[in-house]
Amino acid sequence: MRNPQLNPHGKLQHLLTTEGLPRDVILAILDAAAPFAEVAEREVKKLPLLRGKSIFNLFFENSTRTRTTFEIAAKRLSADVINLNINTSSAAKGETLLDTIDNLSAMQADMFVVRHASSGAPYLIAGHLAATGREHIHVVNAGDGRHAHPTQGLLDMYTIRHYKKDFTELTVAIVGDVLHSRVARSQIHALTTLGVAEIRVIAPRTLLPTDVERLGVHVFHNVEEGLQGVDVVMMLRLQNERMQGALLPSRQEYFKSYGLTPERLARAKPDAIVMHPGPMNRGVEIDSAVADGSHAVILPQVTFGIAVRMAVMSMLAGGS
Amino acid sequence: MKIQISNGRVIDPANGIDRNADVFIADGVIAGVGAMPAGFEANGSLDATGCIVCPGLVDLSARLREPGFEYRATLESEMAAAAAGGVTSLACPPDTDPPLDEPGLVEMLKHRARLPEFAHVYPVGALTEKLAGVNLTEMAELAEAGCVAFGQANTAIVDTQVLWRAMQYAATFDFPVWMQAQDAFLAKLGVAHDGEVATRLGLAGIPVAAETIALATILQLVRETGARIHLTRISSAVGLEMIVAARRSGISATCDVAVHHLHLCEHDIGYFDPHARLDPPLRAQSDREALRRGLADGSINAVCSDHTPVDDDAKQVPFDEAEPGATGLELLLPLTLKWADEMKLPLVQALARITSDPARILGVEAGTLGIGTAADVCVFDPQAPYPVNRATLKSQGKNTPFLGLELQGRVRGTLIDGHLAYDGSWS
Repeated sequence: MRNPQLNPHGKLQHLLTTEGLPRDVILAILDAAAPFAEVAEREVKKLPLLRGKSIFNLFFENSTRTRTTFEIAAKRLSADVINLNINTSSAAKGETLLDTIDNLSAMQADMFVVRHASSGAPYLIAGHLAATGREHIHVVNAGDGRHAHPTQGLLDMYTIRHYKKDFTELTVAIVGDVLHSRVARSQIHALTTLGVAEIRVIAPRTLLPTDVERLGVHVFHNVEEGLQGVDVVMMLRLQNERMQGALLPSRQEYFKSYGLTPERLARAKPDAIVMHPGPMNRGVEIDSAVADGSHAVILPQVTFGIAVRMAVMSMLAGGS
Repeated sequence: MKIQISNGRVIDPANGIDRNADVFIADGVIAGVGAMPAGFEANGSLDATGCIVCPGLVDLSARLREPGFEYRATLESEMAAAAAGGVTSLACPPDTDPPLDEPGLVEMLKHRARLPEFAHVYPVGALTEKLAGVNLTEMAELAEAGCVAFGQANTAIVDTQVLWRAMQYAATFDFPVWMQAQDAFLAKLGVAHDGEVATRLGLAGIPVAAETIALATILQLVRETGARIHLTRISSAVGLEMIVAARRSGISATCDVAVHHLHLCEHDIGYFDPHARLDPPLRAQSDREALRRGLADGSINAVCSDHTPVDDDAKQVPFDEAEPGATGLELLLPLTLKWADEMKLPLVQALARITSDPARILGVEAGTLGIGTAADVCVFDPQAPYPVNRATLKSQGKNTPFLGLELQGRVRGTLIDGHLAYDGSWS
């Protein structure tokens, strides 16, 4: 079965996941993002690359940060951006996902940026577009269920490369709720492809998916051991509804066992960087002293995110 | 009406027959195999040259979707699918709408299914009212109306007190109890086998423990109550081991496997193919291998189609929202042949799993070409290609992971009580 995000010539058609994304494609995206990051420093931040293109932000699940950064990225590329929060419109009236897609396609969409609570929803959309002869419409996965959040994974790679240059010597720790995290999955696949020396996941057993080792990671349940000597610490957000119940007893106990404190961070390399996809829960997964400390690169991540999304969108819809 | 099926290779596992012979049918029953009965004068004939003549298939799980889900399938469409698949007897699970929990519903279904070109229908009655797992159904009444067993389809009885009493009550009348072993809590919200693929795709998992824990409960209650248990659609290697071990310790239990699980595993979900959303879920490759071996060595007694027609609208949605199930009546034979071929099994042994063995579990006289039994016969060409596509499938449900593939083995004719229910000789 052909990877549906590549066209028959191996070129990027959609961005659905970092899994199976060839190394040269990832690097091309990161390379393309660099000049866009510089554009952001200018007074006039607009480029005409996507002039006349219509980009639909289809958010079936709430999001502020991701939707906003996609919107900014598209606008800086001079595209027309249409934001749709579907959970408050058609879906509530019973329209199916594919009917929504058909209707928006009829409005001459060039790209759908999709967030959906169901893993695989963007694949359904991409498959439907292919089956109905509309391959020219691109799909960017902006987060599907627990499956993938590829632009987040890529902006994280951009951030790591920005601070660490070379991937191959790095030990990276991912800390927190891997089970429910599309971000973690996208990070793991991208890091594996880029050839980091070691990927560790650190979490209680209840927050790790079955057979997670098969993704090519080392599992740690003890945060002190897991952080020993790492170059990069990638924190994951712990969703409110998971802080108590059968997965975890309480947020206090989680912070006690897994929260990233300055003392724990001291076990990492002295020049380690700390990342977080946001939004953060201070005092739950991360101590404020770390979040605001010198190792944190959390705000640069947000800035780089715009550049990486500009790179992805221009590569998909920007012609040559 | 006297029919002669000539020049075929007769395989009749119930009677240990595998040889070239003619089959003679008179007045809807088998009048002879091999030697022409005295005074037999055929007024109809079927040329079975190059074909295998076997008993009509017996399917232990086929949803006809009536009453209640007529937008998914109707008795007419699914009976056409059964005949085209060579299936002449089928058990239908009680998960209709309303469920088969009242004698009137069962009588209506039996009545609607009474046409001569329709397969014999054996309803499995609901074990509890509305399948809700609270109150027992009127099993004696339901049995009188035609139910051959009692079960819960894919719904678990959460309250073990009710499960215990239901088995006790069924055992009182020696009614068979058919159960799918799946713990409701462990399966809750799960959509795929809890393993590598679900982890990679970010799908909520159903652990093997959902099957083994339910099995342990059921088997212990069988030991307590002496209920006649049949375990439907086993999905895991460990689950099968538990059943084998239970038998060794003196518990008698039969079980079946759905035909998809002989060929597919979690990896066949691919890029979120909703057709691979099944219940129970497709499990690991090692589970599939164990099921294939278990069916061959007889620790799994039968294979069923687990026929579940689903309309396109309910499948063209994200994987976790898709209705589980696959259409199967027309795939039961070719997929069983594929399994037999890959396992290098003699056809007589393979065909037993879809004829005489399930008939024994159903407790009806079917799946045999014995003299004097109903002339339910399937004639098929084992070499003919069978392309699986929307046009070839007679079932209203076009939902199958095999869509677009070509299988081998094509039904040329199906007789039900000596009546030609399907003629596929020129197609």
